[in-house]
Amino acid sequence: MEDIIIIGGGAVGAFIARELSRYDASVLVLEKENDVGDATSMANSAIVHSGYDPVPGTKKARFNVEGNAMFPRLCEELDVEFEQCGSMTLAMEEGQLPMLDELERRGELNGVPVKRLSGEEVLALEPNVSPDVKGALLCPTAGIVNPFTLVAHAFENAIDNGVRLHLGERVMDVKKGEGFFVVKTDKASYEAKVVINAAGVFSQEIAAMVEDIDWKVNPRKGEYYVLDHFAPGFVNHVLFPLPSEKGKGVLVTHTTSGNYLVGPSSEWVDDKDDRSTDSPTLDNVRAQATNMVPNIPFRQQIRVFAGLRATPSTHDFIIEESKAAPGFIHCAGIESPGLVSSPAIGRYVVEELVKGILPLKEKENYNPRVRKYVRIAALDETEKARLIKENPHYGEIVCNCEKVSLGEIEDVLSRSLPALTIKAIKKRTRAGFGKCQGGFCQPKVLFLLAKRLGVSPLEVLYDRKGSEILNKESK
Amino acid sequence: METRDLVIIGGGSAGMAAAISAYDAGVKDILILERGPFLGGILNQCIHNGFGLTYFKEELTGPEFLTRFVEETKKRGIEYRLNCNVTELTKDKTVSFLSQEGAFTVKAKAIVMAAGCYERNAGAIGIPGERPSGVITAGQAQLYLNEYGYLVGKKVFILGSGDIGLIMARRMTLEGAKVLGVAEIMPYSNGLNRNIQQCLIDFDIPLYLSHTVSKVIGSGKLEAIEISKVDDKLRPIEGTAQRIECDTLLLSIGLIPNNDLLDKIGVPVSPTRGSQVSEHMETAIPGVFSCGNVLHVHDLVDYVVEEGKVAGLGAAKYLSGELPTHQEVIKTKAGEGIGYVVPSRIDLLNAEEKVQLKFRVRKPRKDVYVEYRQGDKLIKRMFKPAIIPSEMEIVSLDKSSLSLEGELTVSLVEKEVR
Repeated sequence: MEDIIIIGGGAVGAFIARELSRYDASVLVLEKENDVGDATSMANSAIVHSGYDPVPGTKKARFNVEGNAMFPRLCEELDVEFEQCGSMTLAMEEGQLPMLDELERRGELNGVPVKRLSGEEVLALEPNVSPDVKGALLCPTAGIVNPFTLVAHAFENAIDNGVRLHLGERVMDVKKGEGFFVVKTDKASYEAKVVINAAGVFSQEIAAMVEDIDWKVNPRKGEYYVLDHFAPGFVNHVLFPLPSEKGKGVLVTHTTSGNYLVGPSSEWVDDKDDRSTDSPTLDNVRAQATNMVPNIPFRQQIRVFAGLRATPSTHDFIIEESKAAPGFIHCAGIESPGLVSSPAIGRYVVEELVKGILPLKEKENYNPRVRKYVRIAALDETEKARLIKENPHYGEIVCNCEKVSLGEIEDVLSRSLPALTIKAIKKRTRAGFGKCQGGFCQPKVLFLLAKRLGVSPLEVLYDRKGSEILNKESK
Repeated sequence: METRDLVIIGGGSAGMAAAISAYDAGVKDILILERGPFLGGILNQCIHNGFGLTYFKEELTGPEFLTRFVEETKKRGIEYRLNCNVTELTKDKTVSFLSQEGAFTVKAKAIVMAAGCYERNAGAIGIPGERPSGVITAGQAQLYLNEYGYLVGKKVFILGSGDIGLIMARRMTLEGAKVLGVAEIMPYSNGLNRNIQQCLIDFDIPLYLSHTVSKVIGSGKLEAIEISKVDDKLRPIEGTAQRIECDTLLLSIGLIPNNDLLDKIGVPVSPTRGSQVSEHMETAIPGVFSCGNVLHVHDLVDYVVEEGKVAGLGAAKYLSGELPTHQEVIKTKAGEGIGYVVPSRIDLLNAEEKVQLKFRVRKPRKDVYVEYRQGDKLIKRMFKPAIIPSEMEIVSLDKSSLSLEGELTVSLVEKEVR
């Protein structure tokens, strides 16, 4: 019997698991994909929103603002790339200025520091913004984060503190017993006193296993461009247009790796597994972005991707204990600002909901930190030389575009959080993330992974089941 | 800090050729930095033949071709270090690199950049649909097959008629895969004619001109693609899609100079995405040269070698003070029908008796004149019954025919007009 089972290994699951790992409890996380953070938590804008935008009084507003405040310390403990660069919401026409007034008022009600800028002030800080800009709302507490390492390191930390994680295991059914739940997966069956539904776009389906719900989680797709790290400072803040019914609109931002991100679109889709992109949608994203920043060098494009938002029919996060099935906790409909909210949601779920069901006793030896990560490219020459002397594998560059060393990949493969696929290594280390998209380094990663996992190179997966790269040995 | 007369970044054909020519011109203190475990660069995985026809007047495989240059390099005792990855270059010519031996910085008096190119890939063109495994560049499939001994798929479709894709169509067929066809977005092929014949026609592999992949289908492994006809704006035409079941989509959609190190220090770039260079392959930074595929993508290694030799010679002249920088130079310009011209400038005072220009046309043309004009003055005119983008054109102009007055423009002129 587990104390707690968490269904879903995304950002929300990660921070609930990490919070729970502070206590003496048996915690099992079930994730259907072959890696953590492999759906919505991976394919998003990677923004640590300030919280000026959600309607005051909503769960979105509360957890966004609380989550934002947690990020500096969290990212330091978990060794995650984070930059509090601030955001600007731009008014491109005179007629939009009253909307900035409204957002400024909301920001103040939500307790978010905000500042109004004139068009000239915007251009002084962001010379690549269109000279048409009429004004902006500056939110200095907004930031950008590496969403891949955020989720991975939170899980690593949780695992180091005793949480167990099963990857590639899909929950098929949840049944209510007397004071416990039976969770059936495609591989096994488990019993748990508390079950937490953090299943992202599938949280509606998981919830429906234990009760009749009157809400839905609808997938809303966002498509993006990723540009290479062609020049630092092309934009320095997260640049938003004014938000609309369809969300926060198409943003232009740099990323923690120095790349630039342009997107997302907003499209309702039927398939909760739809990760496809299409040219007309991306053309539209491009047109919207160039309205704010006219000279985006799209020839630096290195990838396009799509992610699904888990949009709730209730317009707010659904975070509550089921009334029909006490002991079952919903964390559903966590769309934007979900990533920034996830640490605060994790804390709330454990402190306010789980503790009301199960008594939790704090561990004495809880360690909030992960073992330090080293990126050879980020070190100065003396530190590089010292590290390579200690471990020569840090001097062997595997990924040329992103300058990722063999030592870094071996480090990821030696950690408590498993890296089972080429994509998992890509997300943890950036190997294969650059302009050649793994053209040169993927074979090296593949053979390292085969060796580490003790399998034939033919069995190494890129990502999901069936995603082998190699077909057979040559003649 | 270690100092060197000449540091060459990249030990492929361009880098070795530059080293050899610089050495023969009197530069003895040379260091070649190669990121791979062997000299020879990409030729190591090009096990097919067809190399050296121009340069050696015989047909060699990639490894045979590179071996000749490795032998010449070794014979001269030119120092090279393998498994060294250059991480930074500065304007004052310091080169930082990493290897298992440590982190090093070398101060060079001259540098030749010869870092090759990389393949345009699915991300760069934003190929529509999903992103399953099985969508792979032709060169990566070649790397898996020829260096590691693994075949990536058994039912293969190829997007783009670039030479690597054509070579891989034949190679994978011989390995037992079924190559279902090649789609080319342009109304003409982008590979060498001999490769169309020997790799597609000889194996009954259909070539779909004016077609592109309009959808990638499959969540884990590639299951199918859709190909569609394209209109004159190269957009898929609705209603023309046909579904093709395959487990592999090879991309052979072009190569891009791997010019990061020079881009990052702001060296001016040409339309090739390589640096702007002079007739001696000198970039805007005196003493820093660029050659081979990092400068502009070549179709024949023979010409890469020739260009490497020019860069090596340029470096030797620079080191002996014979390549001063002059303010007055001739700028070259790609005129009507021309995609780009290398070099970007000609320093007439430094130039040899013959000045070589290389260029590609934008699209295939028949019965045209190539005109070289400086201002209004016609320098040279050559008739071409046929000229195609996939074959780089090379021409030599007499230095005596040029002056410092006006841009040197290369353009195509219809025969009928004359």
